[in-house]
Amino acid sequence: MSVIFIVLPLALVLAAFAVWAFIWAVRTGQMDDTQTPGVRLLLDDDDAEVRRPVAPDDDAPTPSS
Amino acid sequence: MKARAQLTMAPDPSTTLPRSEGVEGVACAHCSLPVPRGMFREGEDAQYCCESCRAVAEMIRGCGLDAFYRLREATGGTEDARPASRAGRAFEELDADSFRELYCTEEPDGMRSCELQLEGVHCAACVWLVERLPELTRGVLSARLELGRALVRLRWNPEQTTLSEIARRLDGFGYIAHPARAAGARAARRLEDRRALIRIGVAGACMGNVMLVSIALYAGLFEGIEDSVRMLFHWVSVLVGILAIAWPGSVFFRGALASARRGAWHLDQPIALGLSVGAVTGLINAVRGSDDIYFDSLTMLVFLLLIGRWARVRHQRGAVDSVELLYAFTPRMVRVVEGEDRRSVPVESVVPGSLVAVEPGESIPVDGVVCDGSSSVDASILTGEAAPVRVETGASVTAGAVNIASPIVVRAEAIGAETRVGQIMRTIERLASGPTPIIGAADRLAGWFVGTVLLLSGACFGVWLHAGLEVAASHAIALLIITCPCALALSTPLATTVAIGRAARRGLLVKGGDALESLAGGGVMFLDKTGTVTVGRFALRDWTGDEALRPLVGALETRSKHPIARALATDDEMPVDDIEERPGLGITGIVDGQRLALGSPALMQHLGVEIPDWATEASDQAAASGRTPVLIGVEERVEALAELGDELKSDAPETVRALAERGWDVRLLSGDAPGVVADTARRLDLDAANSLGGVSPEQKLDVIDSVASGATRVMVGDGVNDAAALARADVGIGVRGGAEACLSASDVYISADGLGPLLTLVDGAKRTVRSIRLNLGVSLAYNSVAAVLAFAGLVSPLLGAVLMPLSSITVVALSVRARTFQEADS
Repeated sequence: MSVIFIVLPLALVLAAFAVWAFIWAVRTGQMDDTQTPGVRLLLDDDDAEVRRPVAPDDDAPTPSS
Repeated sequence: MKARAQLTMAPDPSTTLPRSEGVEGVACAHCSLPVPRGMFREGEDAQYCCESCRAVAEMIRGCGLDAFYRLREATGGTEDARPASRAGRAFEELDADSFRELYCTEEPDGMRSCELQLEGVHCAACVWLVERLPELTRGVLSARLELGRALVRLRWNPEQTTLSEIARRLDGFGYIAHPARAAGARAARRLEDRRALIRIGVAGACMGNVMLVSIALYAGLFEGIEDSVRMLFHWVSVLVGILAIAWPGSVFFRGALASARRGAWHLDQPIALGLSVGAVTGLINAVRGSDDIYFDSLTMLVFLLLIGRWARVRHQRGAVDSVELLYAFTPRMVRVVEGEDRRSVPVESVVPGSLVAVEPGESIPVDGVVCDGSSSVDASILTGEAAPVRVETGASVTAGAVNIASPIVVRAEAIGAETRVGQIMRTIERLASGPTPIIGAADRLAGWFVGTVLLLSGACFGVWLHAGLEVAASHAIALLIITCPCALALSTPLATTVAIGRAARRGLLVKGGDALESLAGGGVMFLDKTGTVTVGRFALRDWTGDEALRPLVGALETRSKHPIARALATDDEMPVDDIEERPGLGITGIVDGQRLALGSPALMQHLGVEIPDWATEASDQAAASGRTPVLIGVEERVEALAELGDELKSDAPETVRALAERGWDVRLLSGDAPGVVADTARRLDLDAANSLGGVSPEQKLDVIDSVASGATRVMVGDGVNDAAALARADVGIGVRGGAEACLSASDVYISADGLGPLLTLVDGAKRTVRSIRLNLGVSLAYNSVAAVLAFAGLVSPLLGAVLMPLSSITVVALSVRARTFQEADS
């Protein structure tokens, strides 16, 4: 008997596993937002030396020159 | 000090911006709109088109977040940037207990989370900026922004910060936060999206596997193949193929049944017919051991069609989103006055007769009558008129209008859906969810198609009857399968999807192919005035006199809430004494030891300030050209003149002329005063008789309806007062700088600057329709050839497997090659 009788069902089982993994990913919400994660990847976190404004309510910085 | 130092260190964004037209040849460093001459500040690196942009940009720089501008340019978001808008409110309603119960989730570890909808989100750099929140505000644990829906998911520690503080921080960056309502609808839609994705994934996997097996089978046809292996391959194709048709493919059967029940034709019907005949025949042939199984073609059909459908659904989404944003225009939390007490309650719990307190800067939450206090309100949301309206005790106010000057108490008469703005929203909701007036060209062909194919296969059966029942049946079935309208079903969505993608790169966001189809021919085009053909903001246009006075004027106007003041305010912290606002006249005060009076000639006369002749002349001239002059009196004499106004977009006259040449009947339709509208029409060379001013949002619907049906009715606008009209017109076009709710109620949103992109859109639409027709022609031609071959008894599964994808590939290639929005550069 040709080896194909074992390999082909095996391939189908593997494919079924991949499909199951995909369905799991979709159901757990990993594909809900297909836009933002793509751009988030491009943004470096350490691009800025963040300075926390002095007073939290101080919305507009006050140039006093 | 801090902000200024930062400014000199920052790379100069104005040199890196792509567009620099405008009065001074300078573009706003924040939104890249032209900088009006009045806003130009000598010697500064960064110039801004308005004070909001300046404030937001200085805030961003002040926090060390200059990288926002670099990122925005790198990710191509600069094109979509809009002028910054800030609510300037305290957002304390977000901290109320009742708000927390409705919208926030308490987590077991004491942290809180909540979703807020942000106005002003437009590009990838916004994701970066918003997600810096945890570093900027103590107590924010995480902030995740979903770009597509402008929804930010926040987690914070309630002991260290409050939601209102977070909202104020976002406001400082130019993102106005609204509570995200309709959580139920969002969840339902998310589930629907997930199901569609799963269907595509399963169909794709099935197609791939069947294809592999089929290639082996076809190789076997030429090279020879063992019978047992052939049988194995057959049964694998049958199994996987039937799985693909029964699971992801079931949507076509459901669609076909649903429209059959309604008695309508739909392209799902011939598809379902082809799929079911193919599956049954394939199964029977597999049992009989014959080679005629079609599952490779069928699985591919299912996969390609699902992708086409996904593309279409994604583009139709905007209409649903619009309604959510619209509700954000009226506050969710209101302060009810009970005796001496003021309680924050959700707007749903307000009953007619309740007294509601509205602070300056807040939106009025209900329709009602002012029963305490007097103020001015900006009702542009409903009327489109930029100038504020004075309200005294006893005056009626509508929900959505913004209270500008001083606190008022309103006795509620209508709440929520009963308010005028609520009714407009319901109209939009109804119009957006209703059936599209134009049925896709492919669907129109569907009925005709089913009939012809059935007739043909019957004829084929009859012709071959002489060769025996079995041969005749097999030829007739082969005809049914091979003419399954895959290419036909793909032709329209593909051509439009490609065109929509290209249009998006040119700053034209088109939500559905229907819009392109309608725009291809001529018709009646209504243009809103404020913000559409004009720049849409009250800004300093010109300054005559002593430049040194400007910071002093700015300091005084900063103390005023009047919208005219906002155009002149500078946020400068200069000591100002003795401020007196005189409603309808202007404002006076002592700045830097000098007594300033800003306002109308009447104010100057009242104060005994001398008006020199040049000022009278210039102010009359300004008034004649539709601008608002503000005289600036210093001590005893008028020393300078500021001209405020809203000017025509530079390319408006040219665009209007070109549209007329292309067969469009262009008219103005505006809520602004009829005189101003007539003046604008004259400057645009339009027939003043057809240009209507002073039209309410409800009347706009009537005006659009009054145009004879048959002509395509297009509405171009930017305000919420246009939103219902945008939804009612055959095609609604929202323009850059408009309110987001209106933009999402429209079919097309122009994010590029100016009015010129309208032309690109109209021309591109024409080419797209031509490309759709070509696609339809090709797929119909393919089907005719296939039918002839089937008649001749020449169709084998191999020929089917070559012909069916070939037709689809031809349509794909034609769609991609079509120069719909490409050559519009010329």
